[in-house]
Amino acid sequence: MNKTLIIIGREFSTRVRKKSFLVVTLIVPILMALFYAFLLWIILKDDTQERKIAVVNRSAIESPFQQINNTTFDYTGTDITEESAPEFLNANNYYAVIWLNADVMENPEVPVYSFSQVPMDLKNEIALQLQEKIESIKRDSVIARTQIPDLEEKLAATHTPVHVRTLKISEETGVAKESSSEIASILGLAAGMVIYFFIFMYASQVMKGVIEEKTNRIIEVLVSSVKPFQFLLGKIIGVAAVGLVQFLIWVAFGAILIIGMQAAFLPEIDMEALRAAGDMGTLTGTSQLNAEQLQIVRNIAMTIDPAFILKFLAAFLFYFIGGYLLYASLFAAIGAAVDNETDSQQFLTPLSIVLVVGLYIGFTAMKSPESSLVFWSSLIPFTSPIVMLVRLPFGVPAWELTTSMGLLVAFFIFFTWLSGRIYRIGILMYGKKVTWKELYKWLKY
Amino acid sequence: MSFFIARHIVKNYSNHRALDDVSIEIPEGAIYGLLGPNGAGKTSLIRIITQITGPDSGELFFKGHPLVPADMNRIGYLPEERGLYKKMKVGEQAVYLARLKGMTKHDAIKQLKAWFEKFGIESWWDRKVEELSKGMAQKVQFITTVLHEPEMLIFDEPFSGFDPINVELLKKEILELRDKGTTIIFSTHNMASVEEICSHIALINRSHKIIEGPINQIRNKYANNTYQLICKYQPEFQLQQEIGTEFEILSEKIEDGQHEIILQRLEECPVNTLLRRLIDKADVISYQKIIPGMNDIFIKLVKEKQ
Repeated sequence: MNKTLIIIGREFSTRVRKKSFLVVTLIVPILMALFYAFLLWIILKDDTQERKIAVVNRSAIESPFQQINNTTFDYTGTDITEESAPEFLNANNYYAVIWLNADVMENPEVPVYSFSQVPMDLKNEIALQLQEKIESIKRDSVIARTQIPDLEEKLAATHTPVHVRTLKISEETGVAKESSSEIASILGLAAGMVIYFFIFMYASQVMKGVIEEKTNRIIEVLVSSVKPFQFLLGKIIGVAAVGLVQFLIWVAFGAILIIGMQAAFLPEIDMEALRAAGDMGTLTGTSQLNAEQLQIVRNIAMTIDPAFILKFLAAFLFYFIGGYLLYASLFAAIGAAVDNETDSQQFLTPLSIVLVVGLYIGFTAMKSPESSLVFWSSLIPFTSPIVMLVRLPFGVPAWELTTSMGLLVAFFIFFTWLSGRIYRIGILMYGKKVTWKELYKWLKY
Repeated sequence: MSFFIARHIVKNYSNHRALDDVSIEIPEGAIYGLLGPNGAGKTSLIRIITQITGPDSGELFFKGHPLVPADMNRIGYLPEERGLYKKMKVGEQAVYLARLKGMTKHDAIKQLKAWFEKFGIESWWDRKVEELSKGMAQKVQFITTVLHEPEMLIFDEPFSGFDPINVELLKKEILELRDKGTTIIFSTHNMASVEEICSHIALINRSHKIIEGPINQIRNKYANNTYQLICKYQPEFQLQQEIGTEFEILSEKIEDGQHEIILQRLEECPVNTLLRRLIDKADVISYQKIIPGMNDIFIKLVKEKQ
C-alpha cells in the first residue's frame, strides 16, 4: 500500500509540474471566461449610438415612429427622392431616410436608405412599430364600421396567452412537482461532455505513460520492486488525481468568474422567493419581468434547487471517476500491448467509436430521454457516464440509477483485472506486432 | 548454506517451454554465473527469481523460506535492457526507485549522496537523464540497483555499454559488494569476466540446466588429459620415442628455439616418470595440465546438446 502511494505521488507530481499542465489549467478557464463575457456582452450591450432618421411621410399615418432607445425620427418634407437621398443624408447628418408611400397601408413595403448597414434590431423595431400602427388603424376602422358596442374591449378580452406548466410525478413519493428539464438537461449534457473529454485526455495520458515506461525499459526495474498490477493501479490513480485537481481549479475559476459577471450584468434576482413561488405554482406579482422571462428565471431557480444540485454533483463525480477508471485501465492495456503510439491505433479505434457513440446518444437523450436506446446506453458502462448525466435531470428511477452505477463498478473491476493481465505480459514483450488473438492468449497465461 | 534455491521450475509461453524442470542452488556470498546462449531461458529464470513473473510450477526459497513479495526489497536487479525516465532529474529519480525498494526518503538521499561522491558525479543530481550520455546513465542505473543494500544482486550483462575504464570500476564495485557478503547472480556471454569473477556457474541451454557447480570443479572435470610441455632440445632428439607409449603428440610448434608441445595422455603416467625420461636429453622449461577455459566448455556443451 505504501508503495502505491509513492507511485501515485510520482505520477501526480511529475505531471502537475509540467509546463503544459500549468498552461492548460490557466488558459482554459481564461478562454472560457472570455467567451462567456463575450456572449453576455453581445446579448446585453446597449445600442448606444445616437441616430437621427428622416421620415418622408407621404401616407396618411400620423407620426408612425416613436423614439427607439437613442434613435430619433424627424418628419421632413416630401420632396426627397431616392436619387437625392445620398446628398440629403450627407448635408443634414441623418443616419437614414425612410419613405412611407401613400399606399403603404395596402402595400406595406418600406425602403430605408442609409450609408451604413442598418442593425437587425433597429430594422425589426421599425417594422414592428409601423405594423402595430397600421393594424390599429385598420382595426379602428373595422370597429367603427361594425358598430358593436365595446367591441374593442371585447376583442382585447379574447387575448389569451397560454402557459404550459410541466409537472413531474415522482415515482417514489407520488407527489407532483414542477419540473424544469430544459436548462438542467443542458447542464447534464455539458457534464457528459466534460466527462467525455476527461476520459479521452487522461486515459490517453495513462496510455502514453505506459508506452514511455515500456520503450525506455524502466518498467523491468519497476516491476522488480512492485507488482505490475499495483504499479498500474498507482499510475491510474495518480493521473486521476491530476485530472481532478485540474477540474476543481477550473470549477473554482469558473464559479468565481460566472458569479462575478452575473453580479455585474444581470439584475438581482431573489432565487429563494422565485423557487417558493414556483413550488406553489403561483406566477403573479413577482417582478416586472414578463411571463416568458420569468419562466426562464424560474427554470434556473429550479435547477439550482440544492437537493437536485447535490444529487447531480454526486452522480457527476461518480461517473466522472468510474468512467475514467474503466477506460484508463483499457487504455493502459493497449499501451502495454504495443511498442509505440502509432501501433496503438488499431486497438484504440473501437474504444474511440464507443465513446463518440456515447456522446452522440447523449445529444439525442436531450430530445427523447425515454427512448430505449437512451435507456440501455445509460445502463451499459461504456456509455453510461455520458448518457446517464443527460438523463438525470429528466428524472431517473432510483433502481435504474443504482443498476447503472453498480454495473459501472462491476465493469471497472472486471476490466481492470482483465487489463492487468494483459498489462503484466505486454510490458515485457518487445518487437512483436500484437494482434487481438495474441491479446486473448495473454489473458490465459 | 544455500542462499537461494529454485527447484523444478517450469515456465511455458504460448508456443514454447522457456524453462523445463530447472533447479539451481546459489551459495551464500557466491558470485554465481548464469550462462547460456541467447534464448536459452536465462532471462525467464531471472524474471522468476525477481518475481516479475511466476513459474508455472516449481518452488523458490530465499534464505530458507519460500520466496514472498516482501523479499523484493532485499533483491536488487539490473536488467540487460535498462532505462530510466528521460524527463526526470537524476537525484529525484534515484530517490523514487530507492523508495520503491522500501527505503525512506531520508535514507535514500543520504546513501545516494555517498554513492554520487564515490563516483564523482555529485553535479549530476539536478540534471535530467536525457542530458546524460549512455555510459553516465548506466552508472546512475548501477547505483540505483545497489543503493538499498540488497542481500542478493542480479546483474544481467552488467558491462554492456560501458567503456573499459568503467568496466574495471564496476568490477571493483561488484567484488567489493561480494566481500561485504552480498550474494550475486551474474548473467553474461563474456566468458573472460566469468572466469575472472565467478565462483560458481550454471549453464542453461534450450530451457534445460546442463551443468552447475563451483567453476574450478567444472573446469577440472572437462580437462581431458591434455598437457602442455615446453622444452629445448637438439634437432636429432626423437621426442615421440622418448616420452613413451602413454603419450601422443597432438601438436608441436617452435618459437625462439623453444618447442611448445601439446600432449594427449593416453594412460596413467606420473609426472615424475615423464620428466625422468626427458631430463637428460632435453631442457624442460615447463610442463602443465591444460584446464579448459569456460569459453571452450560452453561451446563444447552447447554443441553436444545439438
